[in-house]
Amino acid sequence: MQALARPWRLPDARYFQIAALATLLAINFAIIDFGARPAASVIAITMALLTQAIGSRLAGVPFDAKSPLITGLSLSLLLRADALWLHGAAAVVAIGSKFVLRIDGKHVFNPAGLAIVVLLFSSKGVWISPGQWGAEIWFATLAGCFAILVLSASRRADIAIYFFASHAALLILRAAWLGDPLAIPLHQLQSGSLLIFTFFMISDPRTTPDSRAGRLLFAMTVAVTAHYLTFFMQMRPALYVALIALSPLTLVLDRLIPAARFSWRSSVLEAVST
Amino acid sequence: MTLRLSKMFRTSVAAVAILANATIVPANAFCGFYVAQADTKLFNQSSKVVLARDGQQTAITMASDFEGDVKEFAVVVPVPTFIERKQIGVVEPKTIDHLDKYTAPRLVEYHDADPCAPVVVAARAMPAAPMMAGAFYERSRQAYGVTIEASYDVAEYDVLILSAQESDGLTRWLTDNDYRIPQGAEAVLGSYIRQGMRFFVAKVNVERMKGLGNGQLRPLQVRYQSAKFMVPLRLGTVNAKGPQDLIIFALTKSGRIEAANYRTVKIPSNIDVPLYVKNEFGPFYKALFERAVVRENMQAVFVEYAWDMAWCDPCAADPLSNKELVELGARWIGSDGDTAFSAGRRGGGSDAFVTRLHVRYDAKTFPEDIVFIETKDRSNFQGRYVQHHPWRGEAKCDAAKSYQERLAARFSKEAADVAALTGWSQSEIVAKMAQSGETATK
Repeated sequence: MQALARPWRLPDARYFQIAALATLLAINFAIIDFGARPAASVIAITMALLTQAIGSRLAGVPFDAKSPLITGLSLSLLLRADALWLHGAAAVVAIGSKFVLRIDGKHVFNPAGLAIVVLLFSSKGVWISPGQWGAEIWFATLAGCFAILVLSASRRADIAIYFFASHAALLILRAAWLGDPLAIPLHQLQSGSLLIFTFFMISDPRTTPDSRAGRLLFAMTVAVTAHYLTFFMQMRPALYVALIALSPLTLVLDRLIPAARFSWRSSVLEAVST
Repeated sequence: MTLRLSKMFRTSVAAVAILANATIVPANAFCGFYVAQADTKLFNQSSKVVLARDGQQTAITMASDFEGDVKEFAVVVPVPTFIERKQIGVVEPKTIDHLDKYTAPRLVEYHDADPCAPVVVAARAMPAAPMMAGAFYERSRQAYGVTIEASYDVAEYDVLILSAQESDGLTRWLTDNDYRIPQGAEAVLGSYIRQGMRFFVAKVNVERMKGLGNGQLRPLQVRYQSAKFMVPLRLGTVNAKGPQDLIIFALTKSGRIEAANYRTVKIPSNIDVPLYVKNEFGPFYKALFERAVVRENMQAVFVEYAWDMAWCDPCAADPLSNKELVELGARWIGSDGDTAFSAGRRGGGSDAFVTRLHVRYDAKTFPEDIVFIETKDRSNFQGRYVQHHPWRGEAKCDAAKSYQERLAARFSKEAADVAALTGWSQSEIVAKMAQSGETATK
């Protein structure tokens, strides 16, 4: 009703996200190979949609394809496996976790991130391709993601900026401490998987703290943990491990700094009206 | 006397040698006969590194084609941990050459069948000895902040393991001990010191080398336990005269390796090429590689070969023996006998997978050391270029007539593909093809 009262309304940010991820996947197939394979992508996306349909049915909520599409596309771009069924398994774990692992009516883990971590630690057949996309694609994606962030007009998306800034600052500080040239941290930032993580995982509004201070704190904690895992533990898919390990912290932060709960339905209005 | 610091990945110029009469190894006809290869001797300023990785155990073997006076040879290699004597060895150069030939991009050939006929489908260890006096150690520590953690005699080399507090102290120590350190190296050394790395420093002991009766410098191998899986490139890029080539051979248990912080790209492969390329396969591959480097703005690592070590198709050289694989650091394979390595595991795959990566780099395009990840991908890949000998019989049937029409189209496609991949002039390619009887009008 409120929506009708306004002359125009911004579309749900997830449409832009789906378009961005699908474009990247298309670039992978047509122009620059990041390692995603058509069969694996079809399986991941199909299984994500299927799991969402079953989960919605069981939970008695309406089916919405947007979120499983984002998860399926993210998994297609990031996860590599030596058997096709593992891509399906990842999608089932991802979407299944949304329906099963809930506390206070809110799911705790980012679906794709959780699936990646679960499979990395439980299966011998998967690995993460850090997604070296080449400088042009990387800068284009960064620009596109920032555009979506602005378009989405969701205050929640600020966590992407907080995280990216913290991560970049840590890399630059490390280079300064080591006496390394600036080219090194700038090169370290040019990872495709970092962009997907920043703009599609940690910024997933459903699994971020409700308050602004909580989001800032959470983003910085994830950045510091990932930095430690990467450079002191030599762990390569450190971002995902850090995010999933720290996700329960969002519950604590929400208790300590309470704020309005996020819902995709109200996000636009919330942003416009405040 | 001042020794010249020949850094790990800076080596002298190798002659551009083309294997004109490479041995022809019979292989399964289905995948063609192997006729020529492009090994690392093609590339100037190139060095080779063999990495063998099992869990967190890494063996790194460094081969340089150093051709100067051995007295001037010295290496400084950052290593992530302290290195004991038993973790250092030398490897016979021919073992690395064997792996190089075995994994090199290859040219294979087929003979077209008579179109009128029916189709048928078809390390060794050396004794260690104590060497230097305690006073030298103490002076190093007090005057330079450099600790000589150990010193070893390793075959023809004198090896020191150093740790340092500050890069200027280390730089002064190296300079005062006759290592010529290039301008700008200090910052890189400082970065490694802060990362808690030690330095593996080696010089040639000329006396002992004479005693061994060995005319050439053998590649040094260092084995260590560390989560770090990388090759240190940065010292070699300081003061380098232009880009350098590095070939990385990785022996792993589970699957191919790829760079975690650079794009890893497969070299264009399975391309049909004209017959004359057989005589200039070396220049052909070199041009193809250089073109690929330009296409990726010199920011990618190229895969030239990724295959289970237990088999090859076609084989560019005889298979490596268990002994050779163990010598290169793959100590997990369970046998070090002189027999050819074969699959011991049920289900086909063996315990050793080889990845050959080729990288051209300089300080600008490869600012940080390459970090690797071991993937679970066991799919096979090889740089493979194919030539088809046309069937030259008399056209006695309709099939032969349409074969000859297709042949014309095939020749022009081959010329266009080779021109696109190498940057060579298409008209020159067409002219050379005509000389070997591959003309579009027949």
